[in-house]
Amino acid sequence: MTQPGKADAAADVLAGGDTRGDGPRRRAGAGPRRGAPLPLLLPALVGLAFLLLPLVALLVRAPWAGLPEQLTSPEVWQALQLSLITATAATAVSLVLGVPLAWLLARTDFPGRGFVRALVTLPLVLPPVVGGVALLLALGRNGVVGQWLESAFGITLPFTTAGVVVAEAFVAMPFLVISVEGTLRAADPRYEEAAMTLGASRFTAFRRVTLPLIAPGIAAGSVLAWARALGEFGATITFAGNFPGRTQTMPLAVYLALQSDPAAAIALSLVLLAVSIAVLAGLRDRWMTAAS
Amino acid sequence: MTDTPRAAGEEGPGPDKGYAPESGPGSDSDADSGSGSGPDSGSGSDKGLDARLVVHRGSFHLDVALTAAPGDVVALLGPNGAGKTTALRALAGLTPLSEGGRLRLDGAALDRTPTESRPVGVVFQDYLLFPHLSALDNVAFGPRCQGVPKARARAQAAAWLDRMGLADHAGAKPRRLSGGQAQRVALARALAIRPRLLLLDEPLAALDARTRLEVRAQLRRHLADFEAVAVLVTHDPLDAMVLADRLVVVEHGRVVQEGTPSDIARHPRTDYIAQLVGLNLYRGQAEGHTVRLDAGPEITTTEDLGGPVFVAFPPSAVTLHRDRPTGSSARNLWQCRVGGLETHGDQIRADLTGELPLAADLTTVAAAELDLRPGAPVWATVKAAQTHAYPA
Repeated sequence: MTQPGKADAAADVLAGGDTRGDGPRRRAGAGPRRGAPLPLLLPALVGLAFLLLPLVALLVRAPWAGLPEQLTSPEVWQALQLSLITATAATAVSLVLGVPLAWLLARTDFPGRGFVRALVTLPLVLPPVVGGVALLLALGRNGVVGQWLESAFGITLPFTTAGVVVAEAFVAMPFLVISVEGTLRAADPRYEEAAMTLGASRFTAFRRVTLPLIAPGIAAGSVLAWARALGEFGATITFAGNFPGRTQTMPLAVYLALQSDPAAAIALSLVLLAVSIAVLAGLRDRWMTAAS
Repeated sequence: MTDTPRAAGEEGPGPDKGYAPESGPGSDSDADSGSGSGPDSGSGSDKGLDARLVVHRGSFHLDVALTAAPGDVVALLGPNGAGKTTALRALAGLTPLSEGGRLRLDGAALDRTPTESRPVGVVFQDYLLFPHLSALDNVAFGPRCQGVPKARARAQAAAWLDRMGLADHAGAKPRRLSGGQAQRVALARALAIRPRLLLLDEPLAALDARTRLEVRAQLRRHLADFEAVAVLVTHDPLDAMVLADRLVVVEHGRVVQEGTPSDIARHPRTDYIAQLVGLNLYRGQAEGHTVRLDAGPEITTTEDLGGPVFVAFPPSAVTLHRDRPTGSSARNLWQCRVGGLETHGDQIRADLTGELPLAADLTTVAAAELDLRPGAPVWATVKAAQTHAYPA
């Protein structure tokens, strides 16, 4: 159990401890820790309050009494169901396409790999609305590829449930790729070599050795991508529109409800907050201790 | 059969089956018939390993010729960075050969054969057992990749583990195995694909001193049973001499000496080997019983030679004196200075500088009587009878 020790050491530094590196020994004999200097402590507390206050307000103003009724209304149920289905589908798409992409970025060397990697991460920083517009131009009825999709296969993506999945996957996949690529880089590639000396092709080595080894990273990346897909708003409303039962996901429903039925909006927000906390709890070991 | 040993069928005792568990662990007669009775497409010289490993990587150049007959255990011995591991990777196909390299195994050219199709088993330095698989499934991995049905592959793996004395640990994950056990699982895993060439990278380096002794003896037995070519890489001369029939000493990517362990121990040709086997080694020009060293004084030897020679003598052959000895029968006398002292058990190894740099062994008592300390002047004598000269 090295992590508590590491966290302590970090806390020590935060508490103004010296950095001679003999923290544990000094701490063992020392009394109460010295406080943080005020110029740091004050903004830190304000910052913390700033992050927490909106969430507290959400809980304070929540219509707890009418909550069961709100959450079981057909509209909410419909949006929740659609959100869960599309987010899961988008995660599945991200897995199928993203894991091989992560492998390619982590395990092979080709000209322009750094550039490709930058392109993959672009949706992370791109405003989602812009992503939605770009998707329309690519896959819309008159889009670069969409035109051809419609004439050749009769497939239309915009303003359909499939379009929601596309928009969500576009935004969520980079999270998965980055997470899996990081895990792959940390995993010892010599296990793949060992598998190859035993007669495994490169694909077999990936499937039977690498994949199980990086499973925790894939799981974390999937949860992250799923959470991102669940909260997707900008790209979805731009590319797929806002049709109840077809493309109206939870975030869209929240935004719409806020104008007509604030209580319902709060109820829906609570659900999304609960999901977010659950995701955070699920990733606790990976992310919260990694920072310490 | 000689070109694709990996493709050995599941039925019938083919030539590759010689070392397969079904033929009974340790049954030497089977192994012998296995290597001898197969449909032999080539002459006897086609059997075994014939390689010239050429690898250029940046400023590092490896050029090592390696030949071995079936049943041979060859050790690549050399200091760190000499290119031993690169040579091993080239044999396994993990590092491609550069221009001028070639690799033939049992008469078949493997230069362009991908790693997974080579009949080559590798025991990696830190074993690289798959952490998510049990010991049994680690060993069954190779046969499974060769298309052996799951139940059969696991039965073979169980036989291998049994042979290694690990039947009780078949279900254990690698992290629960001791270093010695992991080493044997790694060996079983490499042997389970019935390789025609077995490669071992520093097979004992990851073990502590006590386990090492035991595992070395076991490994020696298993290698003696192995009927195809085994090549091991090590920087430990003891491992090399215990495990191998033949040593190939590699320095700076080149073979500097090759021979049986005893030959190399008696006739080292570089400082590195001399240090490894604990000898003082000098190079010079011989004229009769006198050798004029390239750097330094003359040494009188018993051998009567001419031309360039090596002269070697063990540190224990050196006698130290505080004052210039008179009436000594020793033919070789040099004035030296103590450079450093090191304790080896109840012996002290003195590192001497001066006229002739050399290492001398003496007892702690003698060291105390001589009042040896760094910087102290001493006289060193060596009897001609204890030196050994041989042509360079």
